[in-house]
Amino acid sequence: MSTSSAFNDEKGGSSSVGEPEYGHDPASGGIFSSDYKRHDDLKEMLDSNKDSLKLEAMKRIVAMIARGKNASDLFPAVVKNVACKNIEVKKLVYVYLVRYAEEQQDLALLSISTFQRGLKDPNQLIRASALRVLSSIRVTIIVPIMMLAIKEAASDMSPYVRKTAAHAIPKLYSLDPEQKDQLIEVIEKLLADKTTLVAGSVVMAFEEVCPERIDLIHKNYRKLCNLLIDVEEWGQVVIINMLTRYARTQFLNPNINESLLEEGGGGDKKFYASDEDEDEDEEKDKKAEAVTMAKRKPYVMDPDHRLLLRNTKPLLQSRNAAVVMAVAQLYFHLAPKAEVGVIAKALVRLLRSHSEVQYVVLQNVATMTIKRRGMFEPYLKSFYIRSTDPTQIKILKLEVLTNLANETNISTILREFQTYIKSMDKDFVAATIQAIGRCATNIGEVRDTCLNGLVQLLSNRDELVVAESVVVIKKLLQMQPEKHSDIIKHMAKLTDNIQVPMARASILWLIGEYCEHVPKIAPDVLRKMAKSFTNEEDIVKLQIINLAAKLYLTNSKQTKLLTQYVLNLAKYDQNYDIRDRARFIRQLIVPTEKSGALSKYAKKLFLALKPAPVLESPFKDRDHFQLGSLSHLLNAKAGGYQELPDWPEAAPDPSVRNVEVPEWTKCSSREKRKEKKVEKPFYSDSEGESGATESADSESDSASGSESGSEDSRSGSESDESKEASESEEEEEEDLKTKKNKEKPLKKPVQESESEQSSEEEVRKPERKSKQSKSDSESESESESESESSESESEDSEDSEPELKKKKKGAPSKPAFKATKKDNKKEKKEMSLLDLDDFEPAPSPQVTPVNSFLSNSLVTDLEGLSLSDSALMPATIAPSSALKSYELLHRITGEGLSVEYCFSRQPFITDANMVAVQVHFTNNSTSDTKSLHMEDVKLQSGMRVKEFPEIELLPAGETATAVMGIDFCDSTQTANFQLCTHTRKFFVSIQPPVGELMRPFFMTENEFKKEQGQLMGMNEITEKLILDVKCRNEHAIVQKVTTAANLSRVPCGSDKECSTPPPPPKYPVYRFAGRTVTSSSLVLVTVATKDQGAAQLTVNCEKMVIGTMLVKDILLALTQ
Amino acid sequence: MIDSLFLINHSGDIFLEKHWKSVISRSVCDYFFEAKEKAVDPENVAPVLQTPHHYLISIYRDKIFFLSAIQTEVPPLFVIEFLHRVGDTFLDYFGECSETVIKDNVVIVYELLEEMLDNGFPLATESNVLKEMIKPPNILRSVVNTLTGGSNVGNTLPTGQLSNVPWRRAGVKYTNNEAYFDVIEEIDAILDKSGTTVFAEIQGVIEACVRLTGMPDLTLSFMNPRLLDDVSFHPCVRFKRWESERVLSFIPPDGNFTLMSYQVSSQNLVAIPVYVKQNISFLEAGSCGRLDITIGPKQTMGKTVEGLMVTVHMPKAVLTVNLTATQGTHTYDLATKVLVWDIGKLNPQKLPNLRGSLSMQPGAPKPEENPSLNIDLKIQQLAISGLKVSRLDMYGEKYKPFKGVKYLTKAGKFQVRT
Repeated sequence: MSTSSAFNDEKGGSSSVGEPEYGHDPASGGIFSSDYKRHDDLKEMLDSNKDSLKLEAMKRIVAMIARGKNASDLFPAVVKNVACKNIEVKKLVYVYLVRYAEEQQDLALLSISTFQRGLKDPNQLIRASALRVLSSIRVTIIVPIMMLAIKEAASDMSPYVRKTAAHAIPKLYSLDPEQKDQLIEVIEKLLADKTTLVAGSVVMAFEEVCPERIDLIHKNYRKLCNLLIDVEEWGQVVIINMLTRYARTQFLNPNINESLLEEGGGGDKKFYASDEDEDEDEEKDKKAEAVTMAKRKPYVMDPDHRLLLRNTKPLLQSRNAAVVMAVAQLYFHLAPKAEVGVIAKALVRLLRSHSEVQYVVLQNVATMTIKRRGMFEPYLKSFYIRSTDPTQIKILKLEVLTNLANETNISTILREFQTYIKSMDKDFVAATIQAIGRCATNIGEVRDTCLNGLVQLLSNRDELVVAESVVVIKKLLQMQPEKHSDIIKHMAKLTDNIQVPMARASILWLIGEYCEHVPKIAPDVLRKMAKSFTNEEDIVKLQIINLAAKLYLTNSKQTKLLTQYVLNLAKYDQNYDIRDRARFIRQLIVPTEKSGALSKYAKKLFLALKPAPVLESPFKDRDHFQLGSLSHLLNAKAGGYQELPDWPEAAPDPSVRNVEVPEWTKCSSREKRKEKKVEKPFYSDSEGESGATESADSESDSASGSESGSEDSRSGSESDESKEASESEEEEEEDLKTKKNKEKPLKKPVQESESEQSSEEEVRKPERKSKQSKSDSESESESESESESSESESEDSEDSEPELKKKKKGAPSKPAFKATKKDNKKEKKEMSLLDLDDFEPAPSPQVTPVNSFLSNSLVTDLEGLSLSDSALMPATIAPSSALKSYELLHRITGEGLSVEYCFSRQPFITDANMVAVQVHFTNNSTSDTKSLHMEDVKLQSGMRVKEFPEIELLPAGETATAVMGIDFCDSTQTANFQLCTHTRKFFVSIQPPVGELMRPFFMTENEFKKEQGQLMGMNEITEKLILDVKCRNEHAIVQKVTTAANLSRVPCGSDKECSTPPPPPKYPVYRFAGRTVTSSSLVLVTVATKDQGAAQLTVNCEKMVIGTMLVKDILLALTQ
Repeated sequence: MIDSLFLINHSGDIFLEKHWKSVISRSVCDYFFEAKEKAVDPENVAPVLQTPHHYLISIYRDKIFFLSAIQTEVPPLFVIEFLHRVGDTFLDYFGECSETVIKDNVVIVYELLEEMLDNGFPLATESNVLKEMIKPPNILRSVVNTLTGGSNVGNTLPTGQLSNVPWRRAGVKYTNNEAYFDVIEEIDAILDKSGTTVFAEIQGVIEACVRLTGMPDLTLSFMNPRLLDDVSFHPCVRFKRWESERVLSFIPPDGNFTLMSYQVSSQNLVAIPVYVKQNISFLEAGSCGRLDITIGPKQTMGKTVEGLMVTVHMPKAVLTVNLTATQGTHTYDLATKVLVWDIGKLNPQKLPNLRGSLSMQPGAPKPEENPSLNIDLKIQQLAISGLKVSRLDMYGEKYKPFKGVKYLTKAGKFQVRT
């Protein structure tokens, strides 16, 4: 079709000949229009106001681009449509723009404002696509705009937009490398992102922009390891490759000790590993010092190193070959020798994939087999060659088979080789012969067998086979020529038949080299060769000269004339190499008066003993390139390749990977912990938090007691103990503020040694928790707690947080010293308290009944602030009575267990940023349900969950209630988790209505108006509506709104200092205020009624997304 | 990463190009054409080529070369795997992956490529996600679109993209809820002249077709999971459940997908369903040869062997064949020298036989090697390894789905050396 012509006019510019466009309406193509007016029809269509015409035009244009035709002259017409409403037209315009913007920079600028607007759109898809296109336009002038957009998007609420931002970073970098420093800042920020969606993309950006800044990874290392399994497959590849490099700089060589052992007992390698030995020696020399170090101190793997190995291993089961390869190379480069074996099976599996995949995998396997032969030996047969394999695959498999050959399997391999030699694919046969040669040199026992086999091949009909055999035999003979003069004789005869130059040259060289072994034949061969000299190829000619020279030196009587004849012929050869050689040899061997001392040594020069060649794999030493990389495949450094560093001799400080921010570690570490074992939520929480907090406190790691409980929580609770006991639960809940104040002074003396005021906020949490549990129980058997504590300890050490612990132990030196004795006792007590949590399904203050005292107390608080309590009362009380329940798990799916949840609208005790979700369990089945708990919480970035305490037993027919907290990050993303019973796991998810993402906030009408004034413009959303008939009185409206959203009514008229209630206005305006839970952004809602039930709804909120959604919800509530 | 993609047909025409970074001139493909000229077979073109300024990584599938140009270091498998994924997506969208179909749907193809890569780094490759953004063509929609100017492009963010199950879109609805699983096993074997097994293994895949409403959570368990040695999974499968309980627990993608592939552990002896008696000889003088092949059932577990086919790549010197078959038909392609004997169902009472003479090019030397036979066969309702699905449970949804499991055994690379 047109493709060939398209090929010719590629990028021909607008001056190129106007060709008819294929696939176009012939009437509209270039046939009837001149070059000048080319594409006029398209321009017309683009200018029309019908979307369908525009779309058609854009489709044609994109088809042109796809075929590589030039459509750049349409730029002005196309770019006009960048703001088109039709989404497909828009997308196609983007495609066009990205393709041609570079060529038409000025015109491209016209479109920028559209994208800038798009960046502010409430729809995350539009924001993302705007950023994507904006960053893809390669126009230098907009670099600052791009930079700004990327920075903004990097802190966007939507992880998808953040992902796009990560993608945009390398684009900007390639456009303007000057921006590197600023971009690194963005990368640093995005690296801290917790979502799997972003992780892969940002590491990609990191690799392209600043791969040398390995220090940026420290803090994120553990998170990346833990997220890895959930990252999309392409991201996994990039992350694994990067972490390989990282690990090489941070951890010690796990094989140090093994190479030490080999030194002593490497006898088994002697035979066949001639090439390996040297290589290992080098290694040993290099690492001699490290080894001696290791001798003194046994190697202990860094827990982070172990973490990486453990978390990547499951990915060997990925369907994506690239992921499997990435893990394989990671294991090859990082794992202790004993563990590398696991990758063999997975790599062998890849051999079933497409031939391109096979090609790459075999190349890597070939490299691996040189270093780690044993690994693939069990899979020898998987490398057997089929006649249908492409030649390049055959040759690679042959390479692997050769590398795998040893004394035990050589006979099977040689039998295989025999079948290969008969193949019709001659290149493959030649490679097989070479492989046989290599086996013969490597394995002494079979050398004679191989040689005999090869000699038999000399009578093969195919000349190529014979030639290749000759070349290989020549190399083998060089090893022990004296034994094989008959083979040399046999080969001498072959000169009559073989025409392949390389083979002829090889035979001649052999005869010359070992002319003493065949004294009679050699001169005769020279005679024949002299006759055909002029017709020979260059390499053969050179060897004829060599042969002549050697014979002249050993047997000058017979060959003197022949030699001179040959040298004379060579003197006039066309090739200067040959002429030079002839001149050189003549001077050397023919004694003249002019010739110097050198000719005396001619014999020594020519007949010196030559070392046997070493036949080695072309894959030897390739592993200095990172396996699986392009550079490895090409055996040449590709652009942008990052060298795989050598292991450090002493491990750098591992504490750099400790993470300070407790909130985040909590999520990830808990998830990890969960995988291993169902943990008591309380304990794990306080543990994670306090540990992480401490690590920030001090770096002193000198003292390490035997005690490992969390010091802070203990000391805190100790001082509070007496008070607490007397305090009732209710009081404790009633007002957090007051209690905190009470705590502070008490805690002070204990914490004095730590000068950390700032960390108090975090410290307080675990404290409170342990306190709660403490107050819950006083009686618990010692023995039980003992086992518990030891268990938790062992767990911790696995958790790769031991460093944290050590610090923690060291930090509060004074109190620790004082309280060492007490500690033991207290620790046990603490543990026992925790145990009790599991016994009682709903003991903790977290579990609150729906209409508790709390809401009342809140109301009273608010009352204290407000003057007009009459207006307030219905507003705040109403929601709690009208709580809407959502189904979490249906009775049938839950096999008798039904679970509902509702948003209790109580502030969540342990964390003010969380929305309290009340979960109501009903056991409808006939059997008891045990150990109800949550597991496997999957969250979007930034979201956090405080799990409800495990409900140990839910008898048949009973119900139970628990409260959990979720920080939705002011978004309506779902929190997914598994609800587990002792027998089953159910996947459930909680999605909040937007109205539950806020909490009431009291303000006066004046304040309201003031705040509203500041939230105008984009932050204001207004809708007109007709109120439902039933919903036109004050009470109904207030109730509907407060049910839809957790807001408080702003008392009307309170600004008027009213002593008497003012007369109700004809069309009253209702105002509601709240703040979002996480970010405390104001949410202001106004319902202004008008006549005939018409009303206007206004929402002001700086979170535009929340605002938009809220408008919809309230609208729905008021109109139905 | 991937800078540009060129689609090249069998005869070497570039019929589509797409650039994700700066435009790379088509002339870069010349290096590839050079390599293609050298290689006899398209399969023999090296997948990775180095040119002065670029690296070319290509795959060959369905008679199309997918050639990507790359400027910097990138894991080659990454690119190869991605290119295959592109091919898979085309197959998924258009039912086939051919030059014609790509040319016919060039706009959709372009939109797809645009979504799949951003700046050369894969963005959305899950078919479920892509289908939400760009709807696959069908006749009805294209008619409606032409009339109304409607579009193929979705305007919401694919739900999968943001969820924890990126492979599944939200809000799937079916009136008939069904889940089918095909357990397909392939026997890869090399038999030598005497019929002894040189090498044999069983590779299996479980292809699933799941059309279920909502967010079902499925658990598939086997009677004998210990048979499975090496496995690889679709990302939806929970690896931990597999590790601990040997069951496949997953939230399935919507539609067709490969759930897992596996290899049967090598301790188990592989049952070879057929035996082949063959005698191919070339006479030294007289420039002719004889061929005699008989196939009989060996270990078929009581099932019938169907779709039996023998393919022989004859030596170049064989000009024509003069054969008679007791069953089935045989053809000999003079150009490629491939003899195909299509037998069909294997009747144990009357074994199929193909015999006759081969006429050779006069004067040509006797071929060194006898050609090996490639056997193709199918056995319905049998997994040759003995793998059995025990049950499929669904959680998370309330309806009762229709479930089905099918077994099939095929010959993979089944070769008999002669």
